Amino acid sequence: MAHNWGMVIDLDRCTGCQACVVACRAENNISTVGEQQSAKGRAKHWIRVERYYEGEFPDVKVKFIPVLCQQCDAAPCEPVCPTYASYHTAEGLNGQVYNRCVGTRYCANACPYNVRFFNFYNPVWEKPLHLQLNPDVSVREVGVMEKCTFCAQRIKAAEIQAKAEKRELKDGDFTTACAQACPTRAIVFGDLNQPESKVSRLARSNRGVRLLGELGTLPKVTYLERDSWHDENA
Amino acid sequence: MTKTPEQINEDLLRPVFQTSGRFLVAAFLLGAFVVAAFATFGYQVYNGIGTAGIRRPVYWGFYITNFVFWIGLSHAGTLISAILRLANATWRRPVTRCAEVITVFALSIGAMFPVIHLGRPWVAFWLIPYPGERGIWPNFRSPLVWDFFAINTYLIGSVAFLTLPILPDWALIRDKANGWRKKVYTVLALGWRGTPRQWHRLETAMHIMAIVIIPVAVSVHSIVSWDFAMAPVPMWHSTIFGPYFVAGAIFSGIAALIIAMALLRKFLHLEEYLLPIHFENLGKLLLTMSLLWFYFVFAERLTVWYGNETSEMAVFWLTQRGSYAPLFWAMLFCNFLIPVPILALKKLRTITGTAIASAFVVVGMWLERYLIIVPSLSRKYLPYSWGTYRPTWAEITITIGTFAGMALLYLLFSKAVPIISIWELKVGLHKKAIGRSPLSAVRGQLQPTTDNAQPTP
Repeated sequence: MAHNWGMVIDLDRCTGCQACVVACRAENNISTVGEQQSAKGRAKHWIRVERYYEGEFPDVKVKFIPVLCQQCDAAPCEPVCPTYASYHTAEGLNGQVYNRCVGTRYCANACPYNVRFFNFYNPVWEKPLHLQLNPDVSVREVGVMEKCTFCAQRIKAAEIQAKAEKRELKDGDFTTACAQACPTRAIVFGDLNQPESKVSRLARSNRGVRLLGELGTLPKVTYLERDSWHDENA
Repeated sequence: MTKTPEQINEDLLRPVFQTSGRFLVAAFLLGAFVVAAFATFGYQVYNGIGTAGIRRPVYWGFYITNFVFWIGLSHAGTLISAILRLANATWRRPVTRCAEVITVFALSIGAMFPVIHLGRPWVAFWLIPYPGERGIWPNFRSPLVWDFFAINTYLIGSVAFLTLPILPDWALIRDKANGWRKKVYTVLALGWRGTPRQWHRLETAMHIMAIVIIPVAVSVHSIVSWDFAMAPVPMWHSTIFGPYFVAGAIFSGIAALIIAMALLRKFLHLEEYLLPIHFENLGKLLLTMSLLWFYFVFAERLTVWYGNETSEMAVFWLTQRGSYAPLFWAMLFCNFLIPVPILALKKLRTITGTAIASAFVVVGMWLERYLIIVPSLSRKYLPYSWGTYRPTWAEITITIGTFAGMALLYLLFSKAVPIISIWELKVGLHKKAIGRSPLSAVRGQLQPTTDNAQPTP
């Protein structure tokens, strides 16, 4: 049976600690761009914790929402790419072929979530940081787009492992770097095609909402929340 | 116009045979700007596209603005020339070539920008469907691939549309020139002898091209507009964009044509060829387009405001009274409030008046393209990743360079080709004199022919 990878993020559990952000950087060889370029809005965070403030000081409530590529089933980024660098994989992920990208940046403009990041310059790793690069993930050169892959390298490794052991992939065999790092277990990753997987059960929760679901992008990330984010009356 | 064919030859061929010091100075100055722009592009390729000011989330900035602007400007040639040819408007004769040249050059300049703006311009050829060992074709669902085909079709078509009616004039230069010029123009004239069969074929070809090029032109700017309208970005995702862009393109194209004609008239001393009536007529066309443009802007803004959709309203207010408001109101000023009174009042619709109005329109239309692209990207759905954009020296240099490049190309072209179609002018003269069968005038035969098979230009 084909897999349909999905994710659930429980906003009621999220403390905004940013462990997922750090874990993602380490896992996926995301280059840092330095202070100056960051100030220009060129930092790359495949997952980011968005903060929103409610109310007036001193009665302020802070809300966190970790935003990453939603791996939409009807992804606006895919049809606009002239070279198929952005495409839909057989397992329903939004693939990004770095070597095929010519850098039109159209996909990033079309993406309603702004989760696509562009390499404005060639990446640099100051010594000895180059020693911690993940050998399973390619580094991206100047002029190409990159984004969250749902840790495609981990998916691949787990599938190969399962095949070698002549068995089906089990729920919980592996998870993404962000989910693994989350101290409150707010992020859950798994196969939505297995009805009894943890992610499937949580995705069916009545607390679930889809980010900008009204755009019809069919995101594969479900957010759980007690208080509604998007609708005052919900 | 009571000029003899000999006078016409002398007046219009003068720039081809004589080179003034003023020409050399202008060409050198403009060339310097063009070289600076190319050097900047080289610097950008070497260092990375980060040299430009684009950033997340405004991934498209000056370069794409210039792309849309120049492709829009290229619509001058088609509309003026093709439609006026088909409508058999006799006043068009001295105007058509000036217009067609704008199309070819503005299109060439515009078509460079999708490559200039690429992250990896060295692999731009991946948009071409060629059989490669990887077996990957471009994605035909992408509006950028549609762009690639539309612009190339238009470029090939408009080059043909421009060069076909130049052949008799190149042949004329060939016959009058000596030395190296004779050799060059012998090749360019493609063996034009002016036989009835050749005239007949030229007329047929021009007629076919005039019909074909109009839908091509409309499709080109519709597709450019769909680069935006196909993406679910607030205030991009609009059904009005196709016609809105086409109208804006024709609008800016006419303005560019009027400016070009006013400059040619002054610097090439064409006072007796480019007459006030031409500026008057084009001014009326410009007025129509200005009103049409305003209608489109009004329709677009009103429906967005009335719809009151949260994400769209963020962009709407940003341009209406936010940080982009000064640019928005400047655009309205340049495209509507200034040109309309100038062009509507007969007293002001002079050569100077139309040229001034046109200069405002060109600026206003550039602003329009900018205001369509940047504010929408800076206010996409999630407020956390809202952003701004500021161009860098690289984008500004390249932008200035393209304007200089356009002027330089135009300058060089007017040296190589009579900027007013000599044979068409003579056809017009003769037609006026004898009322029919004007081809004989061109061939220098004065007896009216009785052969019905001869086409009437």
